[in-house]
Amino acid sequence: MPIIEIIFYLFGGVLTLSALSVITSRNPVYSVLFLVLCFFSAACIWLLLEAEFLAITLVLVYVGAVMVLFLFVVMMLDINLTKLKAGFARYLPVGILVALAMAAQLFILVWSRGLDSQVLVHAADEGSNTRLLGEVLFTEYLYPFEIAGFILLVAIVAAIMLTHRRRPQTKYQDPSQQVRIRREDRVRLVRVESEGEDS
Amino acid sequence: MIEQFTVLAWTVAKVLMIMVPLILAVAYYTLAERKVIGYMQSRVGPNRVGPKGLFQPFADVFKLLLKEIILPANSNRFLFILAPMLTLVPAFAAWAVVPFSDRLVLADIDAGLLYILAMTSLGVYGVIVGGWASNSKYAFLGCLRSAAQIVSYEIAMGFALVGVIILSGSLNLSTIVNAQSGGLLSWFWLPLFPLFVVYFISGVAETNRAPFDVAEGESEIVAGFHVEYSGSAFALFFLAEYANMILISALTALLFFGGWLSPFAGVPIIGEPGAHWFLIKTVGFMFLFLWFRATFPRYRYDQIMRLGWKVFIPITIVWILVAAVFRVTGLYGG
Repeated sequence: MPIIEIIFYLFGGVLTLSALSVITSRNPVYSVLFLVLCFFSAACIWLLLEAEFLAITLVLVYVGAVMVLFLFVVMMLDINLTKLKAGFARYLPVGILVALAMAAQLFILVWSRGLDSQVLVHAADEGSNTRLLGEVLFTEYLYPFEIAGFILLVAIVAAIMLTHRRRPQTKYQDPSQQVRIRREDRVRLVRVESEGEDS
Repeated sequence: MIEQFTVLAWTVAKVLMIMVPLILAVAYYTLAERKVIGYMQSRVGPNRVGPKGLFQPFADVFKLLLKEIILPANSNRFLFILAPMLTLVPAFAAWAVVPFSDRLVLADIDAGLLYILAMTSLGVYGVIVGGWASNSKYAFLGCLRSAAQIVSYEIAMGFALVGVIILSGSLNLSTIVNAQSGGLLSWFWLPLFPLFVVYFISGVAETNRAPFDVAEGESEIVAGFHVEYSGSAFALFFLAEYANMILISALTALLFFGGWLSPFAGVPIIGEPGAHWFLIKTVGFMFLFLWFRATFPRYRYDQIMRLGWKVFIPITIVWILVAAVFRVTGLYGG
């Protein structure tokens, strides 16, 4: 067995096991950390396909930023696990349905395209994967790409507007005012006549 | 199969050739820090162990290794032990793509800059996990501060790198250095001066160093996320922090100061490029870290956040546009 296959099965195994552990582990912090491991193994498998841009972006965006914020929230909340576990049986059928639908989609994709994974590798042969992706995104798919970016921007602004509460009674410092202050605004030099006897 | 194993063994040997000098550099960086800050404060610094205190780092290492690792009551044991490793591994892994000279590089990959960004963004996990697993208020407060700070400054840092990518047209670190070929004035610090300043200051904030070391904040939260750590576990956190400082210095030298290129290009002998130039530049930036620590008082926490979000990010966004104009008009790059 070539070494690359051993590596693939190793990362694939870790990926599947950690994905299972995300839903089975008792501690929510462990769940988040297993999800991180999951993303990381997926990124490694993408690296095997020579899709280095996607792999590194997965680590950079999901592991480096999104999951950090997740971990933040999960650590600070006092999550009651018994309540969460109680819903397990109720949501199981829905979960299975979603899983089946996703499996069917994957199957249709593979079935229509054939199992030739070499296509991906050959595409990357012509140049670095990053350059290829950039060229396609900014020429052929420029409009969809820009529109998607714009929708995301609108979503960010909307989310901030929805959650931002204006609280007029909070006290805060205005740094520009702090910088602009001069000694004369704060301190006054007063000449006081001495009241001593020998003056 | 045998062939693959020889490649593997050879790679491991090359990894060791980077790792061992790096660990030694970290050891002597700690000594340099104490000496430099000592002289800046009119003291002599450590001078007892060995001639002029030169063996001090070894004394420190043995002391830390021989100390007991105390596990706090009700702490999460597995994560508590895992956390220092989580900080150390990315700090070392990032060195894989750092080119020391024209040929001296472990992995000359195309997306090298992205890889470094990804690795430096992973370091925060050790801090968060360590702070949470310690089961201590101070450690948890420190880890929250540090995580928020690292996540915020990563954005400014990433944007600062976009300028470099625009001018060099590549994510490969060797190509980026080669794109700066020429003398002192053709390096990227000149056209990208604001980005260089933002990058280095964000680097100081990313490594939780003074004046941005509120995550440690001895006066308020004793020592932040590693307050419960002792012995070798503490030593790993320490090692990772210093390795990260050296990494940021090396990256600044590579991205904005022409890496292994000589500042006197064209002049015989001293105009030759080579690894020594890269090392000199890196040491220069490493010195800045120590200078900052001896000079500046600690920032207040809300001011750190303000600086990152309201000052640095707008500056970088504007200068990315300026860099694009440079590139399109052909003033620099392209």
